[in-house]
Amino acid sequence: MTLEVDRYICVGAGNCVLAAPEVFDQDDDGLVQLLQTDPAADQQEAVRRAASRCPSGAILPD
Amino acid sequence: MTESGTPRMFQRDENFASVFAPGSPPRQVESPFADEPLWVVTDWADARVVLSDADHFSRGRIEFQGMDAERVRKLRAGMLLAQDPPDHTRLRRMLTGEFTVRRIRSLEPRITEIVDDHLNALERIGPPADLVAHFALAIPSLVICELLGVPYDDREAFQDRAARTIDFTLDDEERRRVGDESRDYMGILVRRHRQHPGDDLLSRLIGAHASGGGEDDLSDDELIGIGNLLLIAGHETTSNMLALGTLTLLRHPDQLAVLRSDPDGWPVAVEELLRYLSVVHTALPRVVTADVTIGSTRVAEGDLVAVSLPAANRDAALAEDGDDLDVLREVTNHVAFGHGIHHCLGAPLARAEMLIAFPALFQRFPRLALADPDPTSVAYRKRTFIYGLTELPVTW
Repeated sequence: MTLEVDRYICVGAGNCVLAAPEVFDQDDDGLVQLLQTDPAADQQEAVRRAASRCPSGAILPD
Repeated sequence: MTESGTPRMFQRDENFASVFAPGSPPRQVESPFADEPLWVVTDWADARVVLSDADHFSRGRIEFQGMDAERVRKLRAGMLLAQDPPDHTRLRRMLTGEFTVRRIRSLEPRITEIVDDHLNALERIGPPADLVAHFALAIPSLVICELLGVPYDDREAFQDRAARTIDFTLDDEERRRVGDESRDYMGILVRRHRQHPGDDLLSRLIGAHASGGGEDDLSDDELIGIGNLLLIAGHETTSNMLALGTLTLLRHPDQLAVLRSDPDGWPVAVEELLRYLSVVHTALPRVVTADVTIGSTRVAEGDLVAVSLPAANRDAALAEDGDDLDVLREVTNHVAFGHGIHHCLGAPLARAEMLIAFPALFQRFPRLALADPDPTSVAYRKRTFIYGLTELPVTW
Protein backbone atom coordinates (compact mmCIF):
# COMPACT_ATOMS: atom_id res chain seq x y z
CA MET A 1 0.00 0.00 0.00
CA THR A 2 1.20 3.46 -0.79
CA LEU A 3 -0.47 6.26 1.04
CA GLU A 4 -0.87 9.95 0.36
CA VAL A 5 -2.70 12.69 2.17
CA ASP A 6 -4.04 15.97 0.85
CA ARG A 7 -3.33 18.62 3.45
CA TYR A 8 -4.98 21.23 1.28
CA ILE A 9 -8.44 19.74 1.69
CA CYS A 10 -7.93 18.39 5.23
CA VAL A 11 -10.42 19.89 7.72
CA GLY A 12 -8.62 18.74 10.86
CA ALA A 13 -11.38 16.52 12.27
CA GLY A 14 -8.80 14.11 13.71
CA ASN A 15 -10.75 10.99 12.75
CA CYS A 16 -7.67 9.48 11.10
CA VAL A 17 -5.63 9.83 14.29
CA LEU A 18 -8.30 7.91 16.16
CA ALA A 19 -8.57 5.24 13.48
CA ALA A 20 -4.85 4.66 12.88
CA PRO A 21 -2.67 6.49 15.43
CA GLU A 22 0.50 4.78 14.25
CA VAL A 23 0.06 6.12 10.74
CA PHE A 24 -1.55 9.53 11.11
CA ASP A 25 -0.88 12.57 13.24
CA GLN A 26 -1.98 16.20 13.23
CA ASP A 27 0.39 19.17 13.14
CA ASP A 28 -0.10 22.15 15.47
CA ASP A 29 -2.67 23.58 13.07
CA GLY A 30 -4.64 20.35 13.17
CA LEU A 31 -3.79 19.26 9.63
CA VAL A 32 -3.03 15.66 8.82
CA GLN A 33 0.57 14.46 8.91
CA LEU A 34 1.78 11.07 7.77
CA LEU A 35 3.97 9.17 10.20
CA GLN A 36 4.65 6.60 7.48
CA THR A 37 3.91 6.48 3.77
CA ASP A 38 4.19 2.73 3.44
CA PRO A 39 2.06 1.23 6.21
CA ALA A 40 2.73 -2.37 7.16
CA ALA A 41 0.19 -5.07 6.33
CA ASP A 42 -1.26 -5.06 9.85
CA GLN A 43 -1.99 -1.32 9.55
CA GLN A 44 -3.74 -1.37 6.22
CA GLU A 45 -7.22 -2.09 7.45
CA ALA A 46 -6.95 0.75 9.94
CA VAL A 47 -5.72 3.03 7.14
CA ARG A 48 -8.73 2.16 4.99
CA ARG A 49 -11.00 2.81 7.95
CA ALA A 50 -9.33 6.18 8.41
CA ALA A 51 -9.87 6.98 4.74
CA SER A 52 -13.54 6.08 5.01
CA ARG A 53 -13.98 8.15 8.14
CA CYS A 54 -12.17 11.18 6.80
CA PRO A 55 -14.83 13.86 6.27
CA SER A 56 -12.96 15.67 3.52
CA GLY A 57 -11.52 12.75 1.55
CA ALA A 58 -7.98 13.83 2.37
CA ILE A 59 -6.63 10.33 2.90
CA LEU A 60 -5.70 8.53 -0.28
CA PRO A 61 -4.58 4.92 -0.01
CA ASP A 62 -3.94 3.33 -3.40
CA MET B 1 -44.36 11.35 22.31
CA THR B 2 -44.65 13.50 19.25
CA GLU B 3 -47.07 16.34 19.47
CA SER B 4 -48.75 18.57 16.99
CA GLY B 5 -46.60 21.56 16.12
CA THR B 6 -43.33 19.64 16.25
CA PRO B 7 -41.79 19.74 12.77
CA ARG B 8 -41.49 16.25 11.30
CA MET B 9 -37.77 16.80 11.05
CA PHE B 10 -37.62 17.02 14.86
CA GLN B 11 -39.87 14.07 15.65
CA ARG B 12 -38.61 10.75 17.06
CA ASP B 13 -40.33 7.59 18.18
CA GLU B 14 -39.80 5.89 21.54
CA ASN B 15 -36.58 4.32 20.22
CA PHE B 16 -35.30 7.67 18.97
CA ALA B 17 -35.91 6.78 15.32
CA SER B 18 -36.70 9.64 12.97
CA VAL B 19 -40.07 9.62 11.21
CA PHE B 20 -38.24 9.27 7.89
CA ALA B 21 -37.42 5.78 6.62
CA PRO B 22 -33.66 5.20 6.47
CA GLY B 23 -32.15 4.46 3.07
CA SER B 24 -35.00 5.97 1.02
CA PRO B 25 -34.73 8.26 -1.98
CA PRO B 26 -34.90 11.96 -1.10
CA ARG B 27 -38.36 13.45 -0.80
CA GLN B 28 -39.67 16.93 -0.18
CA VAL B 29 -41.26 17.81 3.16
CA GLU B 30 -42.27 20.96 4.99
CA SER B 31 -39.21 22.72 6.35
CA PRO B 32 -38.83 23.74 9.99
CA PHE B 33 -36.46 26.47 8.84
CA ALA B 34 -38.18 28.31 6.01
CA ASP B 35 -41.37 28.55 3.97
CA GLU B 36 -39.96 26.59 1.06
CA PRO B 37 -40.14 22.78 0.96
CA LEU B 38 -37.04 20.82 1.88
CA TRP B 39 -35.60 17.66 0.34
CA VAL B 40 -34.83 15.17 3.08
CA VAL B 41 -31.98 12.71 2.54
CA THR B 42 -32.10 9.49 4.58
CA ASP B 43 -29.78 7.23 2.60
CA TRP B 44 -26.34 7.01 4.23
CA ALA B 45 -24.37 7.08 0.98
CA ASP B 46 -26.48 9.98 -0.36
CA ALA B 47 -25.97 11.78 2.93
CA ARG B 48 -22.19 11.52 2.61
CA VAL B 49 -22.35 12.88 -0.94
CA VAL B 50 -24.59 15.82 -0.08
CA LEU B 51 -22.56 16.74 2.99
CA SER B 52 -19.20 16.51 1.27
CA ASP B 53 -20.04 18.21 -2.05
CA ALA B 54 -19.97 21.86 -1.02
CA ASP B 55 -19.85 22.95 -4.67
CA HIS B 56 -23.34 21.60 -5.40
CA PHE B 57 -24.80 21.80 -1.90
CA SER B 58 -23.91 25.17 -0.46
CA ARG B 59 -24.28 26.52 3.05
CA GLY B 60 -22.88 29.92 2.10
CA ARG B 61 -25.56 30.68 -0.46
CA ILE B 62 -28.48 29.98 1.87
CA GLU B 63 -30.54 33.15 2.11
CA PHE B 64 -31.53 34.61 5.44
CA GLN B 65 -35.20 35.46 5.10
CA GLY B 66 -36.73 38.72 6.25
CA MET B 67 -33.57 40.43 7.43
CA ASP B 68 -31.76 43.54 6.31
CA ALA B 69 -28.30 43.28 4.77
CA GLU B 70 -26.44 44.60 7.81
CA ARG B 71 -28.04 42.02 10.06
CA VAL B 72 -27.23 39.21 7.65
CA ARG B 73 -23.62 40.37 7.46
CA LYS B 74 -23.36 40.21 11.27
CA LEU B 75 -25.04 36.82 11.43
CA ARG B 76 -22.69 35.37 8.85
CA ALA B 77 -19.50 36.82 10.32
CA GLY B 78 -17.45 34.07 11.94
CA MET B 79 -20.32 31.63 11.44
CA LEU B 80 -18.42 28.76 9.83
CA LEU B 81 -21.62 26.81 9.25
CA ALA B 82 -22.96 29.55 6.98
CA GLN B 83 -19.95 29.70 4.67
CA ASP B 84 -18.41 27.95 1.70
CA PRO B 85 -14.74 27.70 0.75
CA PRO B 86 -12.58 29.74 0.62
CA ASP B 87 -14.21 31.85 3.38
CA HIS B 88 -14.96 28.75 5.40
CA THR B 89 -11.45 27.36 4.91
CA ARG B 90 -9.86 30.57 6.22
CA LEU B 91 -11.80 30.39 9.50
CA ARG B 92 -11.60 26.63 9.95
CA ARG B 93 -7.81 26.74 9.60
CA MET B 94 -7.61 29.19 12.46
CA LEU B 95 -9.51 26.82 14.74
CA THR B 96 -8.47 23.26 13.90
CA GLY B 97 -5.31 23.52 15.99
CA GLU B 98 -7.44 24.06 19.09
CA PHE B 99 -9.27 20.76 18.66
CA THR B 100 -6.59 18.29 17.63
CA VAL B 101 -6.66 14.87 19.21
CA ARG B 102 -3.40 15.72 21.02
CA ARG B 103 -4.71 19.04 22.27
CA ILE B 104 -7.88 17.47 23.61
CA ARG B 105 -5.85 14.73 25.27
CA SER B 106 -4.03 17.42 27.23
CA LEU B 107 -7.41 18.60 28.54
CA GLU B 108 -8.40 15.15 29.79
CA PRO B 109 -7.02 15.52 33.33
CA ARG B 110 -9.04 18.70 33.78
CA ILE B 111 -12.16 17.08 32.29
CA THR B 112 -11.74 14.14 34.68
CA GLU B 113 -11.48 16.60 37.59
CA ILE B 114 -14.65 18.37 36.45
CA VAL B 115 -16.51 15.06 36.12
CA ASP B 116 -15.38 13.97 39.59
CA ASP B 117 -16.44 17.29 41.10
CA HIS B 118 -19.91 16.88 39.64
CA LEU B 119 -20.21 13.29 40.83
CA ASN B 120 -19.20 14.44 44.31
CA ALA B 121 -21.83 17.16 44.13
CA LEU B 122 -24.47 14.63 43.12
CA GLU B 123 -23.56 12.48 46.11
CA ARG B 124 -23.93 15.49 48.38
CA ILE B 125 -27.33 16.37 46.92
CA GLY B 126 -28.50 12.76 47.25
CA PRO B 127 -31.14 10.94 45.25
CA PRO B 128 -33.37 11.69 43.51
CA ALA B 129 -31.45 14.28 41.51
CA ASP B 130 -31.78 15.74 38.04
CA LEU B 131 -28.97 14.33 35.96
CA VAL B 132 -29.40 16.95 33.25
CA ALA B 133 -28.86 19.98 35.48
CA HIS B 134 -26.19 18.45 37.71
CA PHE B 135 -24.23 16.34 35.27
CA ALA B 136 -25.16 16.16 31.58
CA LEU B 137 -25.44 19.90 31.00
CA ALA B 138 -23.17 21.08 33.79
CA ILE B 139 -20.03 19.24 32.65
CA PRO B 140 -19.88 20.21 28.94
CA SER B 141 -20.94 23.69 29.92
CA LEU B 142 -18.04 24.16 32.32
CA VAL B 143 -15.61 22.53 29.88
CA ILE B 144 -16.48 24.76 26.94
CA CYS B 145 -16.62 27.88 29.14
CA GLU B 146 -13.14 27.17 30.51
CA LEU B 147 -11.83 26.39 27.04
CA LEU B 148 -13.18 29.63 25.61
CA GLY B 149 -12.48 31.77 28.67
CA VAL B 150 -16.03 32.52 29.83
CA PRO B 151 -16.03 33.57 33.50
CA TYR B 152 -17.68 31.08 35.84
CA ASP B 153 -20.28 33.56 37.01
CA ASP B 154 -21.57 34.12 33.48
CA ARG B 155 -22.23 30.47 32.87
CA GLU B 156 -25.85 30.24 33.87
CA ALA B 157 -26.92 33.06 31.60
CA PHE B 158 -24.99 31.32 28.87
CA GLN B 159 -26.68 27.96 29.31
CA ASP B 160 -30.01 29.72 29.13
CA ARG B 161 -29.14 31.63 25.94
CA ALA B 162 -27.68 28.52 24.29
CA ALA B 163 -30.90 26.61 24.96
CA ARG B 164 -33.07 29.44 23.67
CA THR B 165 -31.00 29.84 20.52
CA ILE B 166 -32.07 26.41 19.25
CA ASP B 167 -35.63 26.54 20.64
CA PHE B 168 -38.11 26.63 17.76
CA THR B 169 -41.04 27.36 20.07
CA LEU B 170 -39.80 30.94 20.36
CA ASP B 171 -41.17 33.42 17.85
CA ASP B 172 -38.89 35.32 15.48
CA GLU B 173 -38.83 38.39 17.68
CA GLU B 174 -37.69 36.41 20.73
CA ARG B 175 -35.09 34.50 18.74
CA ARG B 176 -33.75 37.76 17.41
CA ARG B 177 -33.51 39.11 20.92
CA VAL B 178 -31.61 36.04 22.15
CA GLY B 179 -29.23 36.42 19.20
CA ASP B 180 -28.63 40.07 20.06
CA GLU B 181 -28.07 39.28 23.73
CA SER B 182 -25.56 36.56 22.83
CA ARG B 183 -23.67 38.83 20.46
CA ASP B 184 -23.63 41.70 22.95
CA TYR B 185 -22.25 39.44 25.63
CA MET B 186 -19.63 37.93 23.34
CA GLY B 187 -18.63 41.45 22.25
CA ILE B 188 -17.91 42.34 25.87
CA LEU B 189 -15.94 39.13 26.29
CA VAL B 190 -13.84 39.81 23.18
CA ARG B 191 -12.98 43.31 24.41
CA ARG B 192 -12.11 41.93 27.85
CA HIS B 193 -9.80 39.26 26.39
CA ARG B 194 -8.17 41.79 24.11
CA GLN B 195 -7.20 43.87 27.16
CA HIS B 196 -6.41 40.98 29.48
CA PRO B 197 -5.43 37.89 27.48
CA GLY B 198 -5.64 34.61 29.35
CA ASP B 199 -4.84 30.98 28.64
CA ASP B 200 -7.96 30.36 26.60
CA LEU B 201 -9.08 29.85 23.02
CA LEU B 202 -10.52 33.33 22.54
CA SER B 203 -7.34 35.00 23.79
CA ARG B 204 -5.17 32.79 21.58
CA LEU B 205 -7.38 33.53 18.59
CA ILE B 206 -7.12 37.26 19.22
CA GLY B 207 -3.35 36.99 19.73
CA ALA B 208 -2.75 34.99 16.58
CA HIS B 209 -5.36 36.35 14.19
CA ALA B 210 -6.79 39.61 15.43
CA SER B 211 -4.13 41.87 16.79
CA GLY B 212 -1.63 42.46 14.01
CA GLY B 213 -3.74 44.70 11.80
CA GLY B 214 -3.19 42.34 8.88
CA GLU B 215 -5.72 42.19 6.07
CA ASP B 216 -6.55 38.58 6.90
CA ASP B 217 -7.21 39.42 10.55
CA LEU B 218 -10.49 38.49 12.19
CA SER B 219 -12.89 41.35 12.77
CA ASP B 220 -14.66 41.71 16.11
CA ASP B 221 -17.87 40.54 14.44
CA GLU B 222 -16.07 37.40 13.32
CA LEU B 223 -14.65 36.76 16.79
CA ILE B 224 -18.13 37.19 18.22
CA GLY B 225 -19.59 34.79 15.66
CA ILE B 226 -16.93 32.15 16.28
CA GLY B 227 -17.26 32.47 20.05
CA ASN B 228 -21.03 32.12 19.94
CA LEU B 229 -20.96 29.19 17.58
CA LEU B 230 -18.46 27.27 19.72
CA LEU B 231 -20.36 28.01 22.90
CA ILE B 232 -23.69 26.84 21.55
CA ALA B 233 -22.12 23.80 19.91
CA GLY B 234 -20.31 22.98 23.14
CA HIS B 235 -23.42 23.27 25.27
CA GLU B 236 -26.11 21.68 23.23
CA THR B 237 -24.56 18.56 21.81
CA THR B 238 -22.49 16.65 24.34
CA SER B 239 -24.95 17.49 27.10
CA ASN B 240 -27.81 15.88 25.19
CA MET B 241 -25.65 12.87 24.34
CA LEU B 242 -24.82 12.41 28.03
CA ALA B 243 -28.46 12.66 29.11
CA LEU B 244 -29.98 10.55 26.32
CA GLY B 245 -27.05 8.13 26.41
CA THR B 246 -27.57 7.52 30.11
CA LEU B 247 -31.30 7.05 29.59
CA THR B 248 -30.62 4.65 26.72
CA LEU B 249 -28.16 2.52 28.68
CA LEU B 250 -30.51 2.37 31.67
CA ARG B 251 -33.17 1.10 29.31
CA HIS B 252 -30.80 -1.53 27.92
CA PRO B 253 -29.39 -3.14 31.08
CA ASP B 254 -27.95 -6.04 29.07
CA GLN B 255 -25.86 -3.58 27.05
CA LEU B 256 -24.79 -1.71 30.14
CA ALA B 257 -23.73 -5.02 31.69
CA VAL B 258 -21.43 -5.61 28.72
CA LEU B 259 -19.68 -2.33 29.46
CA ARG B 260 -19.50 -2.97 33.17
CA SER B 261 -17.69 -6.23 32.53
CA ASP B 262 -15.41 -4.70 29.88
CA PRO B 263 -14.70 -0.99 30.39
CA ASP B 264 -12.36 -1.09 27.36
CA GLY B 265 -15.53 -1.34 25.29
CA TRP B 266 -16.51 2.28 25.92
CA PRO B 267 -14.89 3.83 22.81
CA VAL B 268 -16.88 1.49 20.55
CA ALA B 269 -20.02 1.97 22.65
CA VAL B 270 -19.78 5.77 22.47
CA GLU B 271 -19.65 5.63 18.66
CA GLU B 272 -22.71 3.37 18.70
CA LEU B 273 -24.54 5.77 21.01
CA LEU B 274 -23.62 8.63 18.67
CA ARG B 275 -25.05 6.67 15.75
CA TYR B 276 -28.12 5.38 17.56
CA LEU B 277 -29.10 8.70 19.13
CA SER B 278 -27.90 11.16 16.47
CA VAL B 279 -28.95 14.04 18.69
CA VAL B 280 -28.63 16.61 15.91
CA HIS B 281 -31.89 16.00 14.04
CA THR B 282 -30.67 17.36 10.75
CA ALA B 283 -27.64 18.77 9.09
CA LEU B 284 -28.34 22.43 8.34
CA PRO B 285 -30.05 22.82 4.96
CA ARG B 286 -27.95 23.28 1.85
CA VAL B 287 -29.04 25.13 -1.26
CA VAL B 288 -28.53 23.38 -4.60
CA THR B 289 -26.22 25.49 -6.79
CA ALA B 290 -26.87 23.68 -10.10
CA ASP B 291 -29.26 20.92 -11.20
CA VAL B 292 -27.87 17.62 -9.90
CA THR B 293 -28.99 14.13 -8.92
CA ILE B 294 -28.94 12.66 -5.44
CA GLY B 295 -28.92 8.90 -6.00
CA SER B 296 -31.38 8.82 -8.88
CA THR B 297 -33.47 11.77 -7.74
CA ARG B 298 -33.16 14.99 -9.68
CA VAL B 299 -32.97 18.18 -7.61
CA ALA B 300 -33.00 21.63 -9.15
CA GLU B 301 -30.87 24.70 -8.69
CA GLY B 302 -32.27 26.70 -5.79
CA ASP B 303 -33.86 23.72 -4.04
CA LEU B 304 -33.13 23.21 -0.36
CA VAL B 305 -31.68 19.90 0.85
CA ALA B 306 -31.22 18.59 4.38
CA VAL B 307 -29.93 15.31 5.73
CA SER B 308 -31.83 13.54 8.49
CA LEU B 309 -28.84 12.38 10.52
CA PRO B 310 -30.84 9.90 12.67
CA ALA B 311 -32.35 8.35 9.53
CA ALA B 312 -29.08 8.12 7.60
CA ASN B 313 -27.39 6.60 10.64
CA ARG B 314 -29.90 3.73 10.70
CA ASP B 315 -29.51 2.90 7.01
CA ALA B 316 -28.68 -0.80 6.62
CA ALA B 317 -25.82 0.23 4.32
CA LEU B 318 -24.11 1.61 7.42
CA ALA B 319 -25.50 -0.59 10.20
CA GLU B 320 -27.52 -3.74 9.84
CA ASP B 321 -30.59 -3.75 12.09
CA GLY B 322 -29.80 -0.12 12.70
CA ASP B 323 -32.82 0.34 14.96
CA ASP B 324 -31.14 -1.90 17.50
CA LEU B 325 -28.60 -0.61 19.97
CA ASP B 326 -25.53 -2.82 19.98
CA VAL B 327 -22.62 -1.48 21.99
CA LEU B 328 -20.31 -4.04 20.43
CA ARG B 329 -21.09 -2.85 16.91
CA GLU B 330 -17.99 -1.30 15.38
CA VAL B 331 -19.52 1.48 13.34
CA THR B 332 -17.16 4.34 12.89
CA ASN B 333 -18.26 6.17 9.78
CA HIS B 334 -21.63 7.30 11.02
CA VAL B 335 -22.68 10.85 10.22
CA ALA B 336 -23.63 11.95 13.74
CA PHE B 337 -20.86 14.59 13.51
CA GLY B 338 -21.75 15.36 9.90
CA HIS B 339 -19.41 14.82 6.99
CA GLY B 340 -17.48 17.02 4.58
CA ILE B 341 -15.96 20.40 5.33
CA HIS B 342 -18.48 21.21 8.06
CA HIS B 343 -17.77 18.01 10.03
CA CYS B 344 -17.97 18.85 13.72
CA LEU B 345 -14.83 20.71 14.76
CA GLY B 346 -15.30 19.72 18.38
CA ALA B 347 -15.73 15.98 17.79
CA PRO B 348 -12.51 15.06 19.64
CA LEU B 349 -13.65 17.13 22.61
CA ALA B 350 -17.14 15.60 22.59
CA ARG B 351 -15.66 12.11 22.44
CA ALA B 352 -13.25 12.83 25.28
CA GLU B 353 -16.02 14.21 27.48
CA MET B 354 -18.24 11.18 26.87
CA LEU B 355 -15.40 8.71 27.32
CA ILE B 356 -14.63 10.21 30.70
CA ALA B 357 -18.15 11.02 31.92
CA PHE B 358 -20.10 7.84 31.06
CA PRO B 359 -17.77 5.29 32.70
CA ALA B 360 -17.26 7.53 35.74
CA LEU B 361 -21.01 7.94 36.22
CA PHE B 362 -21.80 4.23 36.05
CA GLN B 363 -18.82 3.35 38.21
CA ARG B 364 -19.69 5.84 40.92
CA PHE B 365 -23.36 4.85 40.99
CA PRO B 366 -23.57 1.13 40.18
CA ARG B 367 -27.26 1.16 41.05
CA LEU B 368 -28.14 4.21 38.98
CA ALA B 369 -31.81 4.05 37.92
CA LEU B 370 -34.57 6.28 36.62
CA ALA B 371 -36.46 7.89 39.52
CA ASP B 372 -39.69 7.25 37.63
CA PRO B 373 -39.53 4.07 35.54
CA ASP B 374 -42.70 5.03 33.61
CA PRO B 375 -41.43 5.71 30.06
CA THR B 376 -44.10 8.36 29.50
CA SER B 377 -42.64 10.42 32.33
CA VAL B 378 -39.47 11.27 30.40
CA ALA B 379 -39.30 14.97 29.55
CA TYR B 380 -38.07 15.30 25.98
CA ARG B 381 -37.21 18.57 24.32
CA LYS B 382 -39.68 18.58 21.49
CA ARG B 383 -39.14 21.52 19.27
CA THR B 384 -35.45 22.13 19.43
CA PHE B 385 -32.97 21.73 16.64
CA ILE B 386 -31.02 19.27 18.79
CA TYR B 387 -32.77 16.40 20.53
CA GLY B 388 -32.52 16.01 24.27
CA LEU B 389 -34.13 15.93 27.67
CA THR B 390 -35.25 18.83 29.79
CA GLU B 391 -34.58 16.78 32.91
CA LEU B 392 -33.68 13.24 33.92
CA PRO B 393 -34.48 12.47 37.56
CA VAL B 394 -32.37 9.54 38.76
CA THR B 395 -31.77 7.60 41.96
CA TRP B 396 -28.82 5.41 43.00
